[in-house]
Amino acid sequence: MRHIISVLMENEPGALSRVVGLFSQRNYNIDSLTVAPTEDQSLSRLTLTTTGDERRIEQITKHLNKLVDVVKLVDLTEGAHIERELMLIKVKATGAQRAEVTRTTEIFRGQVVDLTNSVFSIQLIGTSDKLDAFITALGESIVLEVARTGVSGISRGEKVLTL
Amino acid sequence: MDQLSGGEALIRALHDEGVDIIFGYPGGAVLHIYDAIFNQGKIEHILVRHEQAATHAADGYARGTGKPGVVLVTSGPGATNAITGIATAFMDSIPMVVISGQVESRLIGSDGFQETDMVGVSRPVVKHSFMVQNAADIPLIVKKAFHIATTGRPGPVVIDIPKDVTDPEVKFDYAYPSDIKMRSYAVPAKGHSGQIKKAVDVLMAAKRPMIYAGGGVIQGEGAELLTELTRELGFPITNTLMGLGAYPASDKQFVGMLGMHGTYEANMSMHYCDALLAIGVRFDDRVTNSDVTKFCPDATILHVDIDPASISKTVSADVPIVGSVNSVLEEMLAQVKASKQKVDEKSLKVWWDRIAQWREKDSLGVTPSEDGITIKPQEVIQAVHAITEGDAYVSSDVGQHQMFAAQYYGFDKPRRWINSGGLGTMGFGFPAAMGIQFAFPDAISVCVTGEGSFQMNLQELATCMQYQLPIKIISLNNRALGMVKQWQDMQYGGRHSHSTYAESLPDFIKLAESYGHVGIRIENKSELNAKLEEAFALKDRLVFVDVLVDPEEHVYPMAIKGGAMKDMILSKSERT
Repeated sequence: MRHIISVLMENEPGALSRVVGLFSQRNYNIDSLTVAPTEDQSLSRLTLTTTGDERRIEQITKHLNKLVDVVKLVDLTEGAHIERELMLIKVKATGAQRAEVTRTTEIFRGQVVDLTNSVFSIQLIGTSDKLDAFITALGESIVLEVARTGVSGISRGEKVLTL
Repeated sequence: MDQLSGGEALIRALHDEGVDIIFGYPGGAVLHIYDAIFNQGKIEHILVRHEQAATHAADGYARGTGKPGVVLVTSGPGATNAITGIATAFMDSIPMVVISGQVESRLIGSDGFQETDMVGVSRPVVKHSFMVQNAADIPLIVKKAFHIATTGRPGPVVIDIPKDVTDPEVKFDYAYPSDIKMRSYAVPAKGHSGQIKKAVDVLMAAKRPMIYAGGGVIQGEGAELLTELTRELGFPITNTLMGLGAYPASDKQFVGMLGMHGTYEANMSMHYCDALLAIGVRFDDRVTNSDVTKFCPDATILHVDIDPASISKTVSADVPIVGSVNSVLEEMLAQVKASKQKVDEKSLKVWWDRIAQWREKDSLGVTPSEDGITIKPQEVIQAVHAITEGDAYVSSDVGQHQMFAAQYYGFDKPRRWINSGGLGTMGFGFPAAMGIQFAFPDAISVCVTGEGSFQMNLQELATCMQYQLPIKIISLNNRALGMVKQWQDMQYGGRHSHSTYAESLPDFIKLAESYGHVGIRIENKSELNAKLEEAFALKDRLVFVDVLVDPEEHVYPMAIKGGAMKDMILSKSERT
């Protein structure tokens, strides 16, 4: 099963490499990874998606917790949560294709953020599934370039991940 | 407040941390630090002959004393040479602080002379690491490093210091922090009382109980409490390779070491038990055998460990208890004594009768050679045990000799058996024996080795001469990489691919003598005792004892690959 794990860690050199190294060292996989400082500049929040059965996920969270740089973590998929990913996608758009791409973008509530005579650059925010569906709807033949941020997430309700 | 340079501050901080000995090797990036060592008299620095040996010596010191071992190496090759020793300590959870020099800050990343990314290279084999950026950070980083290395599940910590940070011209106000608090690092608290209660209930109701104790009991200073609890319960107990000495081997409740080369009775008791108290162990594959689904099929598993990640890693625990071994044992003992439900003595007697039958198999019985001349390796360990009255510190390298020492020495005290269990590092034993001898100058420090392992760190004969270390090296010389050869005999049709080298072995006697030591060769069983006694009588000298042993001997019992713990090869002609 897919899990989204959010980690608060010290914003120190080497911290990210310890997290990433742990995954390769123990043969766990990372499907996506996003990291940036929080409102407290001494802390970074890292969110990763991974897959595995319950036992594997338990080992992953235990080993992450053992890392000295890791302050706190939460498996967001254990409870109600909001997940979002941002995608910038560049597509071929000439002639009749331009109206078609615009329509599809509107349906998915994306925005055209840049264009030339032959190319549209579109921004889309949503779950990873929605982003995948958008690419399928556009048709892979016109896709020139895709840049996705990886999943970020937060718990629903009053639960917070903080010190 | 004293004005100190980074180099001076480092040495002062080590002293303030209670360090009195460091093992190291100088080089360009640590010259400022070595100058600071030269100018002080509080910390003794031991010059080894290879950085790997520095780490193993510090490791042996740590295993023997329980105090962290400290290593100082230079950048680049100095640092990479230390990696094997760091990994060895990491696998066995040994507290160690390794200080490595680094090229100047401005050169980092430029592929400078003797530059290596030590923090990166060591990352998978350390508990944590630091790169020092300012001299003024040194006291706090040293404090943190020792705190992390020695608390919780211990392990090695690396401090990488660029040369400019130790510049003697740049001084700062030195103060050593008295206390440390890290928001991202918490030491596990005591075990959960409710979980301990559950475990005690299981133990009291058990008909075929078993205690399986490992290195965590030794690291956590829990041997005394474990012994008390085991005697209170009257249960059989086995120790892992790392746990030997956690319970006295000469006690009647001890059924021997378990696992790949464990005794028949230990492995049978494990397989057939209905309640297993696993304490300070990690269900290593050399214990469980390769297929964990066949492990202890009838047992309720109670697992005590300070590291939550060790619990249910390979074998699922029915009652997990996270906490320091000492605190858990203390509470468990109190609960056992106060428990209304008492041990099921009737079932326990039936269980002990069954174990007695397994014991009758005498799986560690030694068959003397037919010619009466050839020495069996097991006989050497038995003789060493007799001569040292079981009271030596025994370090070992890795291979057949290691297993023979583990099986036949019979450790009655913790911290007496010093071996690389997890990583299985050949070349560990001799430098580890040096660390022991430095820690306990008056004790008998024996290194049981083989002619293969010994050649991996023999340069330390020079260190032993410099510091007059009277180590007794017992080399079980079978003219082959015995354990490799054994597996080739058993699984590769006797094809000894690159495991023999009899024609190119050095004359170990002359080798020892060339470094100024004593060498004794033993070839005939009739002279075994007398010559060993002669060696141990030379109390002030390092003696290398080259014992030519039967090269055909295998280590038994041996687990059958893919089987359960009850599946063992007992001799060249007998299987379970």
